[in-house]
Amino acid sequence: MLAPLDREPDPSGRAWELAVRVAVLFAIDPAGLGGVRVRAHAGPVRDAWLAMLKAFMGGRAWIRVPQSVTDERLLGGLDLPATLSAGRPISQSGLLATVDGGVLVLSMAERISRATAARITQAMDNAQVVVERDGIRQQSSTQFGVVALDEATPEDDGLPEALCDRMSFDIDLRAISPRFIDTDMASAEEITAARERLEKIEMPEAMIDALCSVAMALGVSSLRACSLALCAARASAAFDDNDYCTDDDAQIAASLVLAPRATQLPHEDDDTEGDDAQPEPQQSPAENDSPSPLSQQQAMEDRVLDAAQAAIPANLLALLISGIKPVRMSGKSGAYSDAGAHGRPIGSRRANNLRGRRLHLVDTLRAAAPWQRLRRALSGEAVAKARVLVRAEDFHVTRIRQRSASVTVFVVDASGSSAMHRLSEVKGAIEMLLAECYVRRDQVALVAFRGRSAELLLPPTRSLTAARRRLSGLPGGGGTPLASALEVTASLVDSLARRGQSPLVVLLTDGRANVALDGSGGRERAQQEAMQTAQQLAQVQVPVLLIDTSTKPQQEAATLARAMRARYLPLPHAGSAQLAQTVRLATGTEPRAFG
Amino acid sequence: MAVFPFSAIVGQDEMKAAMLTAAVDPGIGGVLVLGDRGTGKSTAVRALAALLPKMRAVEQCVYGCDPAAGTPSCESCAPKKAAGVPKSLLKPVPVVDLPLGATEDRVVGALDLERALSQGVKAFEPGLLARANRGFLYIDEVNLLEDHLVDLLIDVAASGENLVEREGLSIRHPARFVLVGSGNPEEGELRPQLLDRFGLAVDVTTPTDLKLRIEIVKRRDAFERSPQSFVDAWQKEDEKIRRRIIAARKRLPQVEVPDEALTRAAQLCMNLGTDGLRGELALVRAARALAAIEGDLEVGDAHLRRMAAPALRHRLRRNPLDESGSGTRVHRAVDEVFTQTA
Repeated sequence: MLAPLDREPDPSGRAWELAVRVAVLFAIDPAGLGGVRVRAHAGPVRDAWLAMLKAFMGGRAWIRVPQSVTDERLLGGLDLPATLSAGRPISQSGLLATVDGGVLVLSMAERISRATAARITQAMDNAQVVVERDGIRQQSSTQFGVVALDEATPEDDGLPEALCDRMSFDIDLRAISPRFIDTDMASAEEITAARERLEKIEMPEAMIDALCSVAMALGVSSLRACSLALCAARASAAFDDNDYCTDDDAQIAASLVLAPRATQLPHEDDDTEGDDAQPEPQQSPAENDSPSPLSQQQAMEDRVLDAAQAAIPANLLALLISGIKPVRMSGKSGAYSDAGAHGRPIGSRRANNLRGRRLHLVDTLRAAAPWQRLRRALSGEAVAKARVLVRAEDFHVTRIRQRSASVTVFVVDASGSSAMHRLSEVKGAIEMLLAECYVRRDQVALVAFRGRSAELLLPPTRSLTAARRRLSGLPGGGGTPLASALEVTASLVDSLARRGQSPLVVLLTDGRANVALDGSGGRERAQQEAMQTAQQLAQVQVPVLLIDTSTKPQQEAATLARAMRARYLPLPHAGSAQLAQTVRLATGTEPRAFG
Repeated sequence: MAVFPFSAIVGQDEMKAAMLTAAVDPGIGGVLVLGDRGTGKSTAVRALAALLPKMRAVEQCVYGCDPAAGTPSCESCAPKKAAGVPKSLLKPVPVVDLPLGATEDRVVGALDLERALSQGVKAFEPGLLARANRGFLYIDEVNLLEDHLVDLLIDVAASGENLVEREGLSIRHPARFVLVGSGNPEEGELRPQLLDRFGLAVDVTTPTDLKLRIEIVKRRDAFERSPQSFVDAWQKEDEKIRRRIIAARKRLPQVEVPDEALTRAAQLCMNLGTDGLRGELALVRAARALAAIEGDLEVGDAHLRRMAAPALRHRLRRNPLDESGSGTRVHRAVDEVFTQTA
């Protein structure tokens, strides 16, 4: 039996308890609960947790998927060696089908591409994998849970949102010291027994109401989260050897599933209003003995809400209190992991020689297949023994699209009086670029600086919708923390470049800094620091375009441009269209298809 | 496998109306459903598939050709039809999934590998487009579809015919289907040409009303817990909708579109500055199908009003400086046009 959630005072020990509880619930109903996001670095704690979960799963499938998995392995398709030796098409099933009943472990899940994530979530949603590949048509039912190992650093984007939405739990093992590891809190037998009870667990209707209300109070918009919370409550009841869900189960579900998804703190006022709505005196004496179902429900709701509120992770809580809406970033990183130096295959075409290109085996064999009988009949004895007769004219090479995968980073001076105008023109330019970037698959990001520091307002995205949401209501005015802006830009650009994307920085400013890195005023020091960070940015070696937006272009901006080896372009009244055009010229547009 | 019943879907009236009109008149040209995660986009598509009335098709025809004379048919059915009415049977309307990661050969059809390898015969193995003929082709996560497949779909969806020229094969076969796509706009934009192939586009959002949310979660939960009894409980309601579709299809040819309605539609498109005539056509057709569903014999303002947003929202020119969603812009224009002349 597990200790109640709040008994262990030590934060680190408590985190481990929590992680064990999550492993227990997940192992009871992996497919229903969807998955666990495990934030941890590779190390003994993560290994211990995984080993424990694996033990809980008994002998069920446990499949580890690398971030770079190909469709062939993931979905399945033609088994080429078997096909060649048998002389007829033989299919092989992919990992998504083999994992049926078990757990899919995604390594480096923060780098997984959206495309791969979508294949996984489709299989989760439909409880089956449909393969239409390489002449093979296959349909296999599959049910599994996902463990997403997330090693994201702050500058990485998170996991693909589509995957997060389908996973019940989100645990953080980073703060746990290995000395707290204790894997004997539950046994595989207990889990198996609970799994068998699961189907019969009853849940009062009022509990569904309560969990939905709590989700709403915490600003959890996705309805999937509510459904997952129900599953979690049932799993919890099953583990406690009950045949119905108790308040405790609902509280556990709310704190494990709903709390980490909170986007707001429940309004205190609503609480008191709720109490006012059902004042005690109005109740007839007859009802005093047995409280009315409504107030009973209210009480349950309050308890569940309290539990959830207490379980909101500390860093999220700090954000919520500060009034900043946490935005769950959708994972874009590695979205084009197939791209980079190698590019993404986009089919095949005939080629009589390879010249260093990749042979498309299946299409080559497909081209050779119809001629086998004829060739065998016409060729000599020695050749006829070969299983497959392939000629140069059969060769198909993989066509690869080499993506420029460029990311345009706008760095915008939002300080001073002309801020609003400048910002709205940049917004226009960003939306114009995104509106056409489908064709080019480019991304756009925005760093704005004003007041005391710079902020990444729009992480690299190619979605117009996401951009629009983030760009509405940008504030302007205040001092000019240029150095801070260049620092933020340099680190962003550096992480983009390391990821194999090619960033372009478009800096819009008049070049007159007056806020230093530590947020203090003083023109001279601010200017000096701006020059220093500009030189740092030059070290990263990415193209920078400095657009001087002052009405009378002056020396500062030009000097700054030289320091960061940027192209200098005075555009006193730059409009959206002009900005967008400048970027188009600077990136050099069309995608190149090779091969 | 049990499918969540269409009639049990809570709210999302615009989405349901768009799908039903497309089922009544496939000529509207497909439905695109974009919206938040977990709003039951693909649930609705699969639910619709489950309640579509069966269709009559030529026996043993892989393309499911219509035995009625005068409808387009494949090479094998054309001579049969010329000789008289061919043998036919009733079969479910195909709703074909185009899964992510599908390869081109499986979509358009290709050389039959099995027969080529084992018997050395050059035979055509029809692909997904062939199976989808006269039915629905469903693409979940449509904005994640690979570019070369998008190109291919754009072409076939416009012509209603699939041309295969590969591996020495030269085949053409009918491929008329209702394209249904769903996706989350935050995953990326859709290519304008593909966008244009969808007759209707609907936006779905997560409901914010607590009672609605609770009802959705409860029904979903009941379905997950025991799918079959849930489906049985809703069978009657689904049957009602099925009968409405059949009745609407019968009524459709009699539904009149008065000049007044045509003028309204034209004016609306002009005010919104939509490109080309396709928006206008889609709007009128959709309003007509809606009238047929509701049992009206004439298209009126009410029908046009309801179908204006789905028929036009994806055809507006982007205005980077207009923050409001395209749906809001359409509604604004609708209010203008309809109050002006009313």
